[in-house]
Amino acid sequence: MNKVVSRQQLSRGITRLEIQAPRIAEIRQPGQFVIVCLAEDSERIPLTIADSDPQRGNITLVIQNVGHSTQELGNLRVGESLFAVTGPLGHPTELPDQGCALCVGGGVGAAVVHPIAQGLHRRGVKVTSIIGARTREQLIFETELRRFGDLIVCTDDGSHGCTGLVTDPLRTQLAAGPWAVVYAVGPAAMMQAVAELTRPAQIRTIVSLNPVMIDGTGMCGGCRVSVGGVTKFACVDGPEFDGHLVDYHDLLDRLTTYHTFEKSGPGGAKDHCKL
Amino acid sequence: MNQLTQSRMPSRQHLPIPRQKMPEQDAAARADNFNEVNLGLTEEAARLEAGRCLQCKKPRCVGGCPVAVNIPKFLGLVAENRLAEAAHVLRCDNALPAVTGRVCPQEKQCEAHCVLGRKGSAVGIGYLERFVADWADQHCPPPAAAISAQGKKVAIVGSGPAGLTAAGELARRGYAVTIYEALHKAGGVLSYGIPEFRLPKKIVAREIERLQAAGVTFRCNVVIGRTYTIQELQAQFDAIFIANGAGLPAFMNIPGESLKGVYAANEYLTRINLMNAHRFPDSRTPVLNGRRVAVIGAGNVAMDAVRSARRLGAAEAMIVYRRSRNEMPARIEEINHAEAEGITLQLLTAPLEIIGDDRRWVTGLKCQRMQMGAPDASGRARPEPVPGSEFILPCDVVVMAIGTRANPLLTATCPELKLNAHGNIIVDENGMTSLAGVFAGGDIVRGAATVILAMGDGKRAAKSIDQHLRAQPPAAN
Ligand SMILES: Cc1cc2nc3c(=O)[nH]c(=O)nc-3n(C[C@H](O)[C@H](O)[C@H](O)COP(=O)(O)OP(=O)(O)OC[C@H]3O[C@@H](n4cnc5c(N)ncnc54)[C@H](O)[C@@H]3O)c2cc1C
Ligand SMILES: Cc1cc2nc3c(=O)[nH]c(=O)nc-3n(C[C@H](O)[C@H](O)[C@H](O)COP(=O)(O)OP(=O)(O)OC[C@H]3O[C@@H](n4cnc5c(N)ncnc54)[C@H](O)[C@@H]3O)c2cc1C
Ligand code: SF4
Ligand code: SF4
Ligand code: FES
Repeated sequence: MNKVVSRQQLSRGITRLEIQAPRIAEIRQPGQFVIVCLAEDSERIPLTIADSDPQRGNITLVIQNVGHSTQELGNLRVGESLFAVTGPLGHPTELPDQGCALCVGGGVGAAVVHPIAQGLHRRGVKVTSIIGARTREQLIFETELRRFGDLIVCTDDGSHGCTGLVTDPLRTQLAAGPWAVVYAVGPAAMMQAVAELTRPAQIRTIVSLNPVMIDGTGMCGGCRVSVGGVTKFACVDGPEFDGHLVDYHDLLDRLTTYHTFEKSGPGGAKDHCKL
Repeated sequence: MNQLTQSRMPSRQHLPIPRQKMPEQDAAARADNFNEVNLGLTEEAARLEAGRCLQCKKPRCVGGCPVAVNIPKFLGLVAENRLAEAAHVLRCDNALPAVTGRVCPQEKQCEAHCVLGRKGSAVGIGYLERFVADWADQHCPPPAAAISAQGKKVAIVGSGPAGLTAAGELARRGYAVTIYEALHKAGGVLSYGIPEFRLPKKIVAREIERLQAAGVTFRCNVVIGRTYTIQELQAQFDAIFIANGAGLPAFMNIPGESLKGVYAANEYLTRINLMNAHRFPDSRTPVLNGRRVAVIGAGNVAMDAVRSARRLGAAEAMIVYRRSRNEMPARIEEINHAEAEGITLQLLTAPLEIIGDDRRWVTGLKCQRMQMGAPDASGRARPEPVPGSEFILPCDVVVMAIGTRANPLLTATCPELKLNAHGNIIVDENGMTSLAGVFAGGDIVRGAATVILAMGDGKRAAKSIDQHLRAQPPAAN
């Protein structure tokens, strides 16, 4: 049982939870995630460890409400408990020892990129972050990311920072290089767009993939992704991969597997028929 | 030999009694539910069946059992209706008789060696083992917690049959045992792999409660290699037993494996057994329930997957296997049950490619017919393609059940553990790894094997750990 010690509504649909998980808080590294299970019969949901406080034994999760389980998690109140939090899982982010790095986060990806920027900053790497959201209300982790270096903000509707997508300021920044590495976390289409921009100059680009997961230990094979034509299990081989080698189309497509189910509600399972 | 045994036979009139049939759920009804298929012998049938045993002086059946259960003794006690004593005899050699009675490949092990097998039908040792274990669960109190004799602590990684058996043996010897399990529920394959209709989850749950009552601590949701390393466990415990199984699913690497509707059997079965996907939306995790499901492989895993597909409502659930019926590795009973439930067998059929539509949903499996060729070096006939025999088997879900390998997650974080070429941990004759005080057993050592072999390893490791720790000075505190 892991208790919720603080809760903050970051925007409509995005919740930040601080959860008691002392061991994970103590050893987690940038890029790692946990699998949470709200109740014994809940789904097992992968979530990035956005931050941790080893002294108090807490980890921070930032949850975007996209479906049933993320909604239930987002509705948790302080003092309530999760049935299980397992981790830290996945490989830690590959971090350079020096130079300059760009961190690009779209939507809830800003929270996922946060521990990476934090890790880079602790090693003395110069960090520039670019984060974007649809509107000002949906922008998260602005203050947090500003602590680690320069921050460029953009919104689709121009309600905050520059108008447009994260790829717009990215273009300018790339030209201003040199960059040791670019990290991109967000919707698959965004990560793909970033990777296409960094490809010509062959700037090392690392993306964090979010396939459906169950166990998170390499046992089920459900999280498989195609990287450089080779099948990888994101939970144990990733979740971060070389952004120039990822098959984003395959990732996006596989994420839609349970759409019919999630939308059809009661009876969905039996109604589902494709032949 | 046969004659000799017969002349020692206690009473000849035992012979004409036929092997008792296992009562089972009606095939048509059960193809729609996940309740256990076999209903268990009645006390009367069990007595009759046990009475068929000839009480051989040199019981061959025992030689066929990997843990050498004293079969004639427990059968003799059943025949005399001394069931509590029978349960005790059984438990001395076998920590999980309610499980093995249900899932052991008896026709290849104990029953294969029973002398009566030659005369027609072997004694139903598995049925009786199950009967006695179920009876004892109802009628005998669980053992009292052992008092920790020497305060020594043992960590076990993985709560499958190997880990559970070792835990029971060590707790009985007075060790303080902690089992670490990566998933949120203990039991290993017994919980996430083997379906309810073959092994009811309450049986596994009961065994876990028994161990808890005996003082074993379960720490679920801990991944060794991530949450703690083996080195960290070594600092806290006097000995370690690694039994993390062989849970890394193999794919065929044929085109189309990333189409929607393709599962590894582990995922398909985990969704159902661990996450209750068959009850979705009353449960939280869905599973695709295809109309036509093709399961590739013919072992126990494949049978479990294909029979689950049928229960999820598949109009057609098929086994696709490149060899012939004789080579199917699954338990005979599972194959018979599957056929009775309307499962079709596409034998001598090798998949070449999974076909999808323009939205990347599976629509079929491109296959090739095979024929059995000349035996290869291992003496096993090799299937060879029949030229020009390609065809498309329409289906909307494909489940890969072609085997599992050693999961490298733990071993990759402990390079001091010596592995073989397949990634399995190498152990000596006592079950000890290349690290002193660290033992291993079950599928992580053998590759995907059987429940009883994993249990045998757990038992042996517990004995070795006991010897290893007795040879050391007592704990400081
Ligand atoms: C390593 C990893 C780290 C992640 N970190 C975070 C995080 O820090 N914060 C966060 O909010 N989310 C994160 N995710 C995504 C999160 O796990 C999913 O949003 C969640 O599982 C959806 O569950 P649900 O029941 O709410 O939605 P569902 O009802 O299952 O699905 C709703 C919709 O979301 C889509 N979906 C399902 N699973 C995923 C998935 N894994 N990723 C993206 N979309 C999905 C479905 O296709 C559907 O359209 C991460 C995923 C991975 C693999
Ligand atoms: C679907 C299916 C059907 C089968 N049917 C039969 C049958 O009918 N008869 C038969 O004899 N055999 C059968 N088998 C094979 C049998 O189940 C296995 O041989 C046996 O379970 C192996 O036992 P084990 O204890 O070595 O490992 P497992 O049962 O695999 O248990 C290992 C446990 O360790 C956990 N674990 C893994 N890594 C870690 C880690 N790093 N940290 C913590 N925990 C970890 C896993 O989550 C798992 O719970 C079947 C297998 C499957 C998959
Ligand atoms: S443990 Fe298995 S092999 Fe041994 S007697 Fe029991 S059923 Fe037979
Ligand atoms: S089970 Fe068969 S082999 Fe074993 S003692 Fe009885 S008759 Fe003999
Ligand atoms: S989540 Fe099961 S293998 Fe990655």
